[in-house]
Amino acid sequence: MNILVCIKQVPDTTDIKWTENNTIQRDGVESIINPYDEYAIEEALKIKRIIDNTKITVLTMGPAQAVEILKKAIAKGCDDGVLISDKKFAGADTYATGKTIASAIKNKLENFDLIICGQFAVDGDTAQTGPSIAGQLNIPQVTYVKEVKKHDTDSIYAIREIEEGHETVKVKLPALICVLKGDYEPSRAKINGIIKAKTSEIKILNMEDIGLSADDTGIKGSPTYVSRAFRPIKNRENCEFCSDFDALTKKIEEFGGTSNE
Amino acid sequence: MSNILLYAEVTKENYLHTVLFELANKAVELSKKLTNPEISALLICKTGLADNFKEAFINSGFDNVYIAENNRLTYYSTELYSKIAIDIINEIKPEIVLIGATTQGRDIAPRIAASLHTGLTADCIDLDINEKGQLAATRPTFGGKLMATILCKTLPQMATIRPKVFKPAEKNITKDTKFIYIKPEIENIEKKVEFIEFVKNTNTIINELDSANIIVAGGKGLKNEAGFKLLKDFATSIGGCIAASRGAVEIGLAPVDIQVGQTGKTVTPKLYIACGISGAIQHIVGMQESDKIIAINNDKNAPIFEHSDIGFIGDAFEVLPKLIDHFSNNSENQ
Repeated sequence: MNILVCIKQVPDTTDIKWTENNTIQRDGVESIINPYDEYAIEEALKIKRIIDNTKITVLTMGPAQAVEILKKAIAKGCDDGVLISDKKFAGADTYATGKTIASAIKNKLENFDLIICGQFAVDGDTAQTGPSIAGQLNIPQVTYVKEVKKHDTDSIYAIREIEEGHETVKVKLPALICVLKGDYEPSRAKINGIIKAKTSEIKILNMEDIGLSADDTGIKGSPTYVSRAFRPIKNRENCEFCSDFDALTKKIEEFGGTSNE
Repeated sequence: MSNILLYAEVTKENYLHTVLFELANKAVELSKKLTNPEISALLICKTGLADNFKEAFINSGFDNVYIAENNRLTYYSTELYSKIAIDIINEIKPEIVLIGATTQGRDIAPRIAASLHTGLTADCIDLDINEKGQLAATRPTFGGKLMATILCKTLPQMATIRPKVFKPAEKNITKDTKFIYIKPEIENIEKKVEFIEFVKNTNTIINELDSANIIVAGGKGLKNEAGFKLLKDFATSIGGCIAASRGAVEIGLAPVDIQVGQTGKTVTPKLYIACGISGAIQHIVGMQESDKIIAINNDKNAPIFEHSDIGFIGDAFEVLPKLIDHFSNNSENQ
């Protein structure tokens, strides 16, 4: 099976600080593989362990230093890395990002049976890029996938975790799936993987390579734009502190917390 | 004429998802800033189901409801549902399309936007019409640490909106609603994603979180299983449900299903009691619309107090047993 895993380099959002000007401090913030994408890699590795002749290509779109996360993915057991990188891609929204990645796949990469993305990226949290890629490639998508259960050569069974419960679907390949985090720790780099990552050559594609023009991509090709960014305001100005335990129980009772009969 | 189209999601159990009525109420408010506004809904469902919902549409301020009924539409299918939505949007050309940010909404919306080559803003928590008549959609990013107001330069302007951030109308907004049946052109579409089975959550705690009047939430400060046991007992003693912060979920104290916050659920109970939760913004965005918030934390500088009505400085391991005792004893006396 030929698998493509799309990953994103994100700032570690647990470590975000504010500058004096109320903008997000980006310098010195550690970059990591988006945590959901770690599980996209895991699902691909699981399939590779079961189905012979499975090849995993890992792809990211970003600045030159995003090569690091591709190398990390190769160290975990992925085969090849592709970086889509061009200054003109800067400021792309999810539509333009989907279009850029879809064009790279259509025009420059081989045919994939399965494309795996993380459901969310922890910086943008849009959950839109995966379906946007699938839409522009016109292949079926399955989102909120908790687990890939069974794979045949031409279809997979996926369990989706949705509000009301768990849904199992069977999807014909080629298809794109977006995966949630699993209930386990993602695997670590393997020794031979680390050696492979050092020597493996990452394919780098720019705007012309993938056949797009400056009007199709980056901020120009994005239908949406940020008009204002601001720090969330707190909606409760004054917290009243209870002096003792009785005051606390009175407040709980006043707000409707009564003994359960 | 400017048209706002709302996507009417049908749940697994064949109800209209309540986010529709929250969006309808907001759409009525937004439409006051538009010229000749019309509010429409698109309902996609199995044959015969739409009749059950007509009264609800009439009472929620809809001018038009477009209905696509077909037995191939019994279960949600990205391929069939998005095809119908794209066809109707191309026909009626709404300026604004609003979809609940549920798993279904967040599955279908980017697919529609990709086909229509238009912009889509995800998981919004506020909507407005700016002075130029554009949809201004506000959403949290960076784990809730930054808010961004996003505009769209193409039509329709699309957004998914997080459930429970807007309130449904308190009174009926009765309209002379037109129901327009459309014939879905789906005969020739091969469904490549096939529904196999659905297993409903049996965990009643999870199902009750959405409608709970009282939620007692625990964070990393509860440290261990014993801490969460205390939380459960306290919740039981006052008739509440339990929830957890991401911090507590990540160290394995609670299941992800009851996580409240940016990456979890948004809840709006009458009373939210946060125990041992420091108050990261990522948590706050999921509970700040609660009517009243009480925080119990041993760190008087914890940010949770900035978002609370009432604070109590104390160790959860000392306070919770006393609370359980207080509320359990009271019930025996009654």
